[in-house]
Amino acid sequence: MTEGLSDTARMQASVATRVRAGALRMRRDIVEMIGAAGSGHPGGSLSAVDIVATLYLGGILRHKPDDPSWPERDRFILSKGHAAPVLYAALAEAGYFERTHLKTLRKLGSILQGHPDCKKTPGVEVSTGSLGQGLSVAAGLAAGLARAQDVRPAAYNTRTVFVLLGDGELQEGQVWEAAMFAAHQGLGNLVAIVDNNGLQIDGACNDVMSLGSLADKFTAFGWEVIEVDGHDVESLYAVLARARAHTAGPVAVLAHTVKGKGVSFMENEAGWHGKAPSDAQVAEALRELPIAEEKGIQ
Amino acid sequence: MTAKATREALGETLVTLVEGGVDIAVVEADLSKSTTTAKFADAYPERFFNVGIAEQDMIGVAAGLAVGGQVAFTGSFAVFATGRTYDQVRNTVCYSGLDVKLTPTHAGITVGPDGGSHQMIEDIALMRVLPGMRVLVPADYRSAKAAIRAAASTPGPFYIRLGRSALPEIYSEGHEWEVGRAHVLREGSDVTIAACGVEVAQALLAAEALANEGISAEVIDVATIKPIDVETLAASAAKTGRVVTAEEHSVLGGMGSAVSEVLSEVCPVPTRRVGVADTFGTSGNPDELMVYFGLTADDIAAAAKELL
Repeated sequence: MTEGLSDTARMQASVATRVRAGALRMRRDIVEMIGAAGSGHPGGSLSAVDIVATLYLGGILRHKPDDPSWPERDRFILSKGHAAPVLYAALAEAGYFERTHLKTLRKLGSILQGHPDCKKTPGVEVSTGSLGQGLSVAAGLAAGLARAQDVRPAAYNTRTVFVLLGDGELQEGQVWEAAMFAAHQGLGNLVAIVDNNGLQIDGACNDVMSLGSLADKFTAFGWEVIEVDGHDVESLYAVLARARAHTAGPVAVLAHTVKGKGVSFMENEAGWHGKAPSDAQVAEALRELPIAEEKGIQ
Repeated sequence: MTAKATREALGETLVTLVEGGVDIAVVEADLSKSTTTAKFADAYPERFFNVGIAEQDMIGVAAGLAVGGQVAFTGSFAVFATGRTYDQVRNTVCYSGLDVKLTPTHAGITVGPDGGSHQMIEDIALMRVLPGMRVLVPADYRSAKAAIRAAASTPGPFYIRLGRSALPEIYSEGHEWEVGRAHVLREGSDVTIAACGVEVAQALLAAEALANEGISAEVIDVATIKPIDVETLAASAAKTGRVVTAEEHSVLGGMGSAVSEVLSEVCPVPTRRVGVADTFGTSGNPDELMVYFGLTADDIAAAAKELL
């Protein structure tokens, strides 16, 4: 459904190159930080890399890394909080904090908790980790920002709230309470992205608890639905830009992804949902994720 | 002033707060008429969100409004607003330290005929163990208004326990809530009665009855359960040497437990806890249930005499 896009919604080639390079560094960071931590969730972090990179590095999110509370910023909520490493990698890449923090992931005293903690990490809007709650929070935030804009139209530009959910997470009933609310309120500044990697801890989502057609579900709940290849940054850019521009109501972007994407032995393996790679596995993974500059991209 | 329920303070106080310049939003879950948030909805529809029968979403939406900079109040009944939403309150509101104020109504057995499914007598226990959560239990309509104002002007999560049934007037007009402060409502020397909510009026009646028998009871309104006023409680316990706690809540984990926890460390004295035994509620009229569950002034006075 990405046909008919205007040129303005196309990612410039130089930006695409930058995002791809950033995404590659993020994948390396994710593998290394989870390896160093000795625990964590690589599979669902790697599946979301291109989505999060497009948001933070591709010019979709309006934000200021040196001013995390900038009132006019767009908001991003990682509802699938166990994928914290992908958010930390993006925040470090964007400059919210020094990269040296990444190796402190999950360690005592770290600003990088096992799941996102807004009290400890610059750039984290709200703490997440218990699944199924982020869409409600995003919807409340979007409603509040939209109302503020009605009251003080001159004070703010349109601020969009992006929220990233896992597909397994959609088994939580609260997600659908929030989906009803967002459509009922006509939240045109809300974009929910589903990292549709098809796997959850106990196996394939549709073996554990069938999700049925997510497109039909969101459509039936009154949302606009756009499907996209969740690893093609140019398509992601076009779709997210279109979703952002759609102000008649909430948009669900169903991003088709591969769990563990980029590390061959992790790809499509539910076992890599919540397991840290050994030192040898980290080394093997990094061989598959060459340093961007060495590949001639930057 | 005629007797009024603490819930009647909710909608109208929130309206006055907005009039006073506080950026408030209210999220309700289909109970706006019962909780009185409908008054707020009428006055400020653009600040009011009804999520339908979806309490978990109610907490999440309130959290989002708070993330956006507003002071978010939530409605519903105590039984749903704490039990059904516990993970949302814990992991999203408290863990993030958000400006969400839970102000559910219909707490305790004085809900009456709806019965045990709707009589929330575990909420103080559930809420007070959450890091960062402040727990307030107003004893009358005026103090409920004061509690709501205090929560609105103090950053962070709050739980304010409001009730359905009318309560006699305890505090005078203009009463202001000090978070963390207990109030000595009547001085005495033989026994301390520490009460909250519905039981404050009962405690004052009990003290009067005890006085007629030559027993001097000190009555303290433990209005803030968390943070609890150790100083006031310890001073009274040191003076009287005996403590009766009285609450319209399970005797497990509520105000009586909170008082016992701190006094056992700083001023251990013989104690009796008046409250609902480890059981569910049941249908009946509030007055009948007060007798049935042993929460009347007579029950408090009897507990005091056991200690003498």
